[in-house]
Amino acid sequence: MIKKRSSKWLIYIPLVLMSIFYLLPMYIMLITGFKGFDEISLKTMWTLPKGIRFDNFIEAYKALAPFMWNSLNMVFPAAIISSILGSMNGYILAKWRFKGSNIIFPLILFGMFIPYQSILIPLVEFMKDINMYGGLPGLVLAHVIYGIPITTLTFRNYYANIPTELIEASRIDGCGLLTSYWNILLPISAPAFVVVIIWQFTSAWNDFLFAVVLTNPQSWPITVALNNMAGSQIIAWNVQMAGSFLAALPTLIIYIFLGRYFLRGLMAGALKG
Amino acid sequence: MRIKRETVLSIALITPSIIAIAIFVYGFIGWTARVSLSKWKGLLPDYTWAGLENYKGLFSDPRFHIDIRNTLIFTIIFVLGSLFIGLTLAVLLDMNIKGEGFFRSVYLFPMAISFIVTGVVWRWLMNPAMGSRLSGLNLLFTNLGLDFLVNKWYTTPQWGIAFIAIPAIWQMSGYTMALYLGGLRAIPIQLREAAQVDGANEWQIFKLIIFPLLRPITLSAMIILGHISLKVFDLILAVAGKQLPLDVPAIYMWQSTFDGYFFGRGAAIGILLLLSVAVLIIPYLVYTLRTEEEL
Repeated sequence: MIKKRSSKWLIYIPLVLMSIFYLLPMYIMLITGFKGFDEISLKTMWTLPKGIRFDNFIEAYKALAPFMWNSLNMVFPAAIISSILGSMNGYILAKWRFKGSNIIFPLILFGMFIPYQSILIPLVEFMKDINMYGGLPGLVLAHVIYGIPITTLTFRNYYANIPTELIEASRIDGCGLLTSYWNILLPISAPAFVVVIIWQFTSAWNDFLFAVVLTNPQSWPITVALNNMAGSQIIAWNVQMAGSFLAALPTLIIYIFLGRYFLRGLMAGALKG
Repeated sequence: MRIKRETVLSIALITPSIIAIAIFVYGFIGWTARVSLSKWKGLLPDYTWAGLENYKGLFSDPRFHIDIRNTLIFTIIFVLGSLFIGLTLAVLLDMNIKGEGFFRSVYLFPMAISFIVTGVVWRWLMNPAMGSRLSGLNLLFTNLGLDFLVNKWYTTPQWGIAFIAIPAIWQMSGYTMALYLGGLRAIPIQLREAAQVDGANEWQIFKLIIFPLLRPITLSAMIILGHISLKVFDLILAVAGKQLPLDVPAIYMWQSTFDGYFFGRGAAIGILLLLSVAVLIIPYLVYTLRTEEEL
C-alpha cells in the first residue's frame, strides 16, 4: 500500500515539468512586460521585475491599438455570419437529407483541410475583381466562406444527436421546414452556437495568411502588425513581448472562461462529434 | 406536394454555401491549376500555355529540394514529438490524479494562441546569440549550470528547421493530449479490470490492450498534425523571417508569388502542397464518414 502511494507521487514530476515547459513563454512575456524601461536588458531577461510598471504595455498598445480594433471589427461579423450559415447547412444535412447530400457533405468538409496556398492567387484576383481587395470586408468574406466547412460540421453533428421525432412531431402540428427550425432547433442551439462562434472568433483572430494577402497596412489585423513589429529593428524586444501578450489576450480570456466550449470546437476539427 | 416544396426549400437554403464552396474551394483550385500551367510572370495575368514547365522547374530547383528536406525533417520531429508528449501526458492524467483539470488547461492553452505570438516569443527564447550577448533559454541554461544545453537553435547549420519544431510541439502537443485522453476515457474500465484479474501487470495492460485500442486516435492525430506541418508558414516567419535554410514550400510559394511575381511557379507550389495534403486527408475523410454511417 505504502509503496503504491509513494510511486503515485512520482507521476507529478513529469506533469509539473511539462507545466513549466508550457508556461515558460507566458512567464517571460509577463515578467518582461511588467518591467520598467530602465530594467530592460537581455542579460537580466529571467529576473523578476522590481515592481509593476506598465511602460511596455502602454508602448505596445500605442503601436498596436489601431490593429487590435481592425481585428475586433473583422472577427465578430466573420464569426457570426459563418455560424448562421453553418447552422442552416447543419440542419439540412442532418434532418433534410436530399439526393446527393452524402456526396456534398464530404466535398464541403474537404474545404477545411486544403492548404490555402492552393487558392491564394485566385482569391486575391477575385477580391480585386469585385473591389473588395485591401479592406476588412474582403477579409471577413474570406473567413466566412472558408469557415463554412467547420461550422457546418459542428452543427450537423449537434443536430444529428437531436431526435428526429421532435421535427416530425412539429410537422404534424403544421410546421414547415423553416418553422420547425425556428421553433424547435434554434431555441436549443445555443451550446452549438457558443462552440462555433468561439472557434471562428479564435481562428479569425489568430489568422495571418489571409490577412497578410488581403489587407492594406491600414486594415491590418493584429497578427500582421505584430509580425511586422517583430521584424523591425526599431521596436525593442521588451515591447514586442508586451505586444505579443496583448495580441494573445482576447483569445486567452475566452480560453480561460469558456475553455470547455473551446475544447469541443477543437474536437469537432478532428471530426469527432 | 408539400414534401416536394420542402425539398426545394431545403436545397435553396443550403445552396448559397454550396455555391460559395464550389467557387472558393473547387473553382479556385482549378484556377490555380490553370495558372500553374501558364507562363504568368509579372504583375499582369498571362495565361499562355506552358505545360508542366513550372513543375519541371521546381523539381530541378535546389531551393525546392531544400523545402522538401525541411518539410520532412520538420514533420517527423513535430509529429513524433507531439504524439509522444501527448500520449505520455494523457496516460499520466488518466491515472486518477489530483488537479487533473488544472494540468489539462495548462497543457492545452497554447492552442488558443496564434502561431505569430508563439513565434515572436520563441524567437527571443531561442535567441542564438553567443558569448556576452547570451540570452533567452541559453542564458537560463547557463544560470542553471546546464551549459551543455546551450546551442544555436534555429541557426544551427543544416538542422535549424528541427528547432522550429519545438514551438510547434509547444503549441500542438496539448491538443494531441486531449485527443488521446478522449480515447482513453472511451475504453471501458471492465477491460482493464478483466486483464488485472487475469494477472496482467500495468505494462502488459498498456501494451496488449490500451495501445492497440488507441491506434485509430494515433492515426487521426498523425493525419491532423501531418497536414498542419505541410502547411507551416506563419510560425517560421515569426521566429526567423524568410531565410533560405529554414525555407518551406508555403514560404517559397509566398515569395515566388507576392514578392517575385512568379505566379506560375507559385501556383505550381500551391498545387503540389494541395496534392500532398489530399493524399493524407481524402482517405481519412472517406474512412471517418463511412464508419460514422455504419454506427
